[in-house]
Amino acid sequence: MKRDPMHFIKPELMPRKVKGPDGVEFEVEPLRDYFCDAPPTVQHGAYLKIVEDFFNWARAQSLWILGFGTGCGAIEMRPLMTPRFDAYRYGIQWRPTARQANLLVISGYLSTKTLKRAIRAYEQMQNPKYVVGLGSCTINGGMYWDSYNTIKCLDQYLPVDLYITGCMPRPEALLQGFEDLKKLIRAGQAEGANRYAENFTWYKANQKQVIHDWDMPDYNW
Amino acid sequence: MAFEWIKIPYALLTLFIVVNYGMLLGALMQKIAARVGRRHGVPIWQNYADLIKNYGLRTSITHGVMFYLGPVFRLSGGVGLLLFVPTIYGSEMFSNLSFAGDLILALYFVFFGTLGMALGAGESGHPHAAIGVSRGLAQVTAAELPFALAVFAVALQYQTLSITDIVAAQQGGVENWTLFTNPLAVAAAMLAFLGSMMRPPFDVVLAPQEIPIGPPTEYHSSYLALMQTNRAIFPIAKIVVYMNLFFGGAATWPVFFLKVFCIYLVSVFVGVVFPRFRVEQSIRWFLVWAVPLGVLAILLV
Ligand code: SF4
Repeated sequence: MKRDPMHFIKPELMPRKVKGPDGVEFEVEPLRDYFCDAPPTVQHGAYLKIVEDFFNWARAQSLWILGFGTGCGAIEMRPLMTPRFDAYRYGIQWRPTARQANLLVISGYLSTKTLKRAIRAYEQMQNPKYVVGLGSCTINGGMYWDSYNTIKCLDQYLPVDLYITGCMPRPEALLQGFEDLKKLIRAGQAEGANRYAENFTWYKANQKQVIHDWDMPDYNW
Repeated sequence: MAFEWIKIPYALLTLFIVVNYGMLLGALMQKIAARVGRRHGVPIWQNYADLIKNYGLRTSITHGVMFYLGPVFRLSGGVGLLLFVPTIYGSEMFSNLSFAGDLILALYFVFFGTLGMALGAGESGHPHAAIGVSRGLAQVTAAELPFALAVFAVALQYQTLSITDIVAAQQGGVENWTLFTNPLAVAAAMLAFLGSMMRPPFDVVLAPQEIPIGPPTEYHSSYLALMQTNRAIFPIAKIVVYMNLFFGGAATWPVFFLKVFCIYLVSVFVGVVFPRFRVEQSIRWFLVWAVPLGVLAILLV
């Protein structure tokens, strides 16, 4: 069924005329004015390998996780901040804003509604950025494998660097997973952001297949 | 007095030492706060890794000219404050660019960074940034009041506006410190100090859980790195002013490190014990407790 894309746009996002306080009328188009529609590009690392290695070391030492939980797994992230597990020791910190974070942890099942927010959060993060899928739900749907509104395989929608298995994984498993991610980063293999840029059309097609009420620009910085 | 060019490398050296000390001290204070919560907290070099990572990000976006200038203003506030105040008393190398009226300039620089931040955060257009900035300006203004009163009291007491002269008057034993010759002014200034260190109970400006870290919400990569550098410099620079005005200054680097550490620790101690004030509570608190002390200090000089 072919649907009119404008059908889903909320009234406040419609292009319209507004009158400024000084009486001048002008047109606004919220989707164009406030977002950027340029697709992401592949970003190369520093020219010298040694510099890039140095940066990679720093990136591995300073993982800033976006505080955004999606499924039951989010509850396993909290103990990491407590005295018992204390992930801060490993340079892992939580950031409340997507702009400053460089690690997005999809912590469990992802309903299509949340997927939309996850995509927006991911696209607001700056290259290089990493995605960790937590729990079996992100790998193959887990116990929600036949649910009508969760996605089954996270890898088709966002470039995942690392999966941590379990339903749900213990905080120790998470710590181990982050250590493994650090190894990937140090080896220069965690280039998810570039993979996303290279296969941008494929990812977008997949995303639009499940998100029916697509009311945002294709790439919203 | 002729300007000597050799002062510039000396000032840069001061800056270098202070940046590194500030980064390590910041992490150390985080560790101390973590120990209170029975954690171990970040490694001591964490700030360096964060800084390098932020400089090493490959993409960044901007929201306009002011968005660039905000962090720059903020950094120049911190650096300026540091450079126009004698860091080490009596040392030709580390008295920096201090001059006769530097006390007033220092007062101005304390406020300058916040204003720059307000402009930059305003340009970023994020509602949380706007909320954070309005809170920040309100709170800093309220905290500045007792500090300014205390500074005037001290200036009246020593009859000078030069920080070097004020330090000179405090030499020759602990009993000569302003802390003992004018305790009311010091008390008012220390209460103001708590308000300007961005630690609980006065951290409602950043409020990570409520308005995702307020003013810097939209800042990332090099912009954020600039602000991090400032976060290393500014507290130290501010403490240097306090140390010079109230605690007898420092004649050598070890004394400097020790005194700065102790003064910093005051705000951390208060911070780990008390929960956060709402902004109108904190303003009322400053006006009720700190400002009268400052007025008294001026009256009694
Ligand atoms: S893997 Fe298990 S614990 Fe994790 S989100 Fe799915 S059902 Fe919940």
